[in-house]
Amino acid sequence: MKIRSMLLACSAAVMMTAGAAGAKTLVYCSEASPEGFDPAPYTSGTTFDASSHPVYDQLVEFKPGTTEIEPGLAETWDISDDGLTYTFHLRPGVKFHSVEGFTPTRDFNADDVVFSFDRQGNPDNPYFQYAPGISYEYYNAMDMPKIVKSIEKVDDMTVKFTLTEPNAPFLANMAMDFASIMSKEYADKLVAEDKKAEINNVPVGTGPFEFVAYQKDAVIRYKANPDYFKGKTPVDDLIFAITPDAAVRVQKLQAGECQIMPYPAPADIAALKGDANLKVEEQPGLNVAYLAYNTTQAPFDKPEVRKALNMSINKQAIIDAVFQGAGQVAKNPIPPTMWSYNKDIKDDAYDPEAAKKMLADAGVKDLEMNIWAMPVQRPYMPNARRTAELMQSDLAKVGVKVNIVSYEWGEYLSKSKDPNHDGAVILGWTGDNGDPDNFLGVLLSCAGAESGANRSFWCDKDFDGLINKAKQTSDMAERTKLYEQAQVVFKEQAPWDTIAHSTVFMPMSNKVSGYVMSPLGGHDFYGVDISE
Amino acid sequence: MIRFIFGKILWLIPTLIGITIVAFGFVRVLPGDPVLLMAGERGLSPERYAELTHQLGYDRPIWVQYGEFVWRVLHGDLGDSLVTHRPVLHEFLTLFPATLELGITAMLIAIVIGVPVGVIAAIKRGSWFDQVSMTTALVGYSMPIFWWGLLLIILFSGVLHWTPVSGRISLMYYFPNGTNFMIWDAIASGQKGALTSALSHLVLPAVVLATIPLAVIARQTRSAMLEVLGEDYVRTARAKGMPPRRVIGIHALRNAMIPVITTIGLQVGMLMAGAILTETIFSWPGIGKWMVDSISRRDYPSVQGGLLMIAVIVMVVNLIVDLLYGLINPRIRHR
Repeated sequence: MKIRSMLLACSAAVMMTAGAAGAKTLVYCSEASPEGFDPAPYTSGTTFDASSHPVYDQLVEFKPGTTEIEPGLAETWDISDDGLTYTFHLRPGVKFHSVEGFTPTRDFNADDVVFSFDRQGNPDNPYFQYAPGISYEYYNAMDMPKIVKSIEKVDDMTVKFTLTEPNAPFLANMAMDFASIMSKEYADKLVAEDKKAEINNVPVGTGPFEFVAYQKDAVIRYKANPDYFKGKTPVDDLIFAITPDAAVRVQKLQAGECQIMPYPAPADIAALKGDANLKVEEQPGLNVAYLAYNTTQAPFDKPEVRKALNMSINKQAIIDAVFQGAGQVAKNPIPPTMWSYNKDIKDDAYDPEAAKKMLADAGVKDLEMNIWAMPVQRPYMPNARRTAELMQSDLAKVGVKVNIVSYEWGEYLSKSKDPNHDGAVILGWTGDNGDPDNFLGVLLSCAGAESGANRSFWCDKDFDGLINKAKQTSDMAERTKLYEQAQVVFKEQAPWDTIAHSTVFMPMSNKVSGYVMSPLGGHDFYGVDISE
Repeated sequence: MIRFIFGKILWLIPTLIGITIVAFGFVRVLPGDPVLLMAGERGLSPERYAELTHQLGYDRPIWVQYGEFVWRVLHGDLGDSLVTHRPVLHEFLTLFPATLELGITAMLIAIVIGVPVGVIAAIKRGSWFDQVSMTTALVGYSMPIFWWGLLLIILFSGVLHWTPVSGRISLMYYFPNGTNFMIWDAIASGQKGALTSALSHLVLPAVVLATIPLAVIARQTRSAMLEVLGEDYVRTARAKGMPPRRVIGIHALRNAMIPVITTIGLQVGMLMAGAILTETIFSWPGIGKWMVDSISRRDYPSVQGGLLMIAVIVMVVNLIVDLLYGLINPRIRHR
């Protein structure tokens, strides 16, 4: 009995934590450890959730819950008529955080902006490689070295970016995590102390939360920034309790050890929804899973064959069996939360009989093909192997024999980039900046076919013309129209079978209010409150 | 005795050389390229790939890389993680106390329960105690750790609310300059309730991690005891009228302990394997979880450094076990 009373005492202590007296604390059961606290060298959402979202701001930001751009550290901006110059007018009076060993002596200004980008593109900047192996992957992946010709400080509160060619998605890039604005004063101090790598351990930003401490693989602590330019966030402390196992996160949420958690296992969602103390918010993810036919190979070079194969695959069955309902059938290559999504498009309906006939008409007989299944789970695809098996059995019904192939993940990615790869590849994409070009341009353009990012190697002049024109136009209405047309061309030509957009769930305690799910997939706690 | 110890330590040198080769080779034999994995779906241009591979030095001949690794190890440098860009040794030492605390607790549970259970089962061979305890041990040994851990969490934390779900201590306690030995930090902080909180967080993962070693130790102790109890000297001791307690305590147990200690030493390696799963389930920030992450990211320096450190620790523990033999069994040290 003694043991039992001791254990009871412990659990009482645990419960006290949940409602620690006085200060309001929000505990988030996060899914993994951040790789570091400097967002620019990394590409994972987990790292951004712990660095750029709480601690940093960008010149422009995504309006909560949307992929639209709104002012951030820049109050306003002008775009020249030729689309080549972007002039940002900075917000005055914004303060950087103080951390142990550093107290800012000045407010945010143009030097910080120039530094934040210069370090990523200029090999002479002391932070270009501040630790062995540091490289700015997102800056490169978004083609910034090619797009940006120069970044100049016009005066303390004005910065001018000159581009090499008109590029409308550039503005959305400025809202991305790699574009977070760092304190140059702090960076300089670290250089003087020969402690440059500290910028990745102790971040100093202007964001809604100040970094307090990180106990590796266990806990990250933040406190509210009282001087935040949008006003102090309602809670006083934010804690990330790192909990890698999804089932354990659910247990912690139900026990009140945390109030909000990401990525529940699909199997747990029904139980979470049934718990009276919890609520579960959901949203389609900014992603797509697809099956890309190698359109340079016969018979996949014929659109009617690709369409017939698409019609043979029962996508709803994949959603039910593989996604366990946590997804929706995709008809377009961009997700429905993205602006310019063409909802008038009709998907190729599942119709094996018609498909059989189309294949016969196209002269395809005894087709044997490879379907590539990724060896890993991704946000857009819980189980590629299972998906491929379902496709295999569907295609067998129309007389197509499928061999499933797979490789180690790194190898899978590089082999599928080879234009001579055989068959159709299951892969997917998660959006970076909410711009349609980030899907259509990266994954389906002729340039993408050249680099291999376009796994179907489909290069269609009409489609390419439309998306290139849209990329160079800064008028939003005009761009929307062009992308809608591009989606029509895509559907007619069917270089992919668009499989699914996964659904993202966010379970939280009923006490939590003000949480807005981001279509970009990040987790942001500014403005979130918790009642006692 | 000194010669015995010296001989044992001398043997460590070739073993260590072997370990550096295995640790270095292991992660490179796995298919997968750290640079490609870093980029993911976004991909890299061939030029950028070549540049990064060069920056990391992975375009040099493999023996040059190995030579550099050994040279650095000799200078106490395990390199920097490809992911966090922090020194591997620092990361290891930050996380190791958590694994050590969990491992020692689990081992204590396994020994304190396993040895007496084994002894009693042997003495009362065939009794209900023997049957039940040995069947339970078999079940414990076959239990998948992951499932067992979750089951305990759901029962003790979810249903009964006796223990916290996961973590090392309640979030209200925070020791900025702690040693990362949480029990020690909790005591040293003097904060009310801190120790209780640390212990209540430790109990479930320690029980889960202890399960397999406990089963092995109990079964090993039982069979070793049974063997010894059948020896002539035990019969002689009994025949000359020595009380049963003394026969078992002095004559039988000491001799039976020799194979049991071997088993305990070997369980340290098993414990490391179990720690990987236990740490993942209980969000326990130790090196098991860290190694898994590093392997899946093909973080070469972390994997090879971590493997080397773990191997050295297991080796040192086994050395200590060997030396303990010498203490218990004079025949070994005089051979």
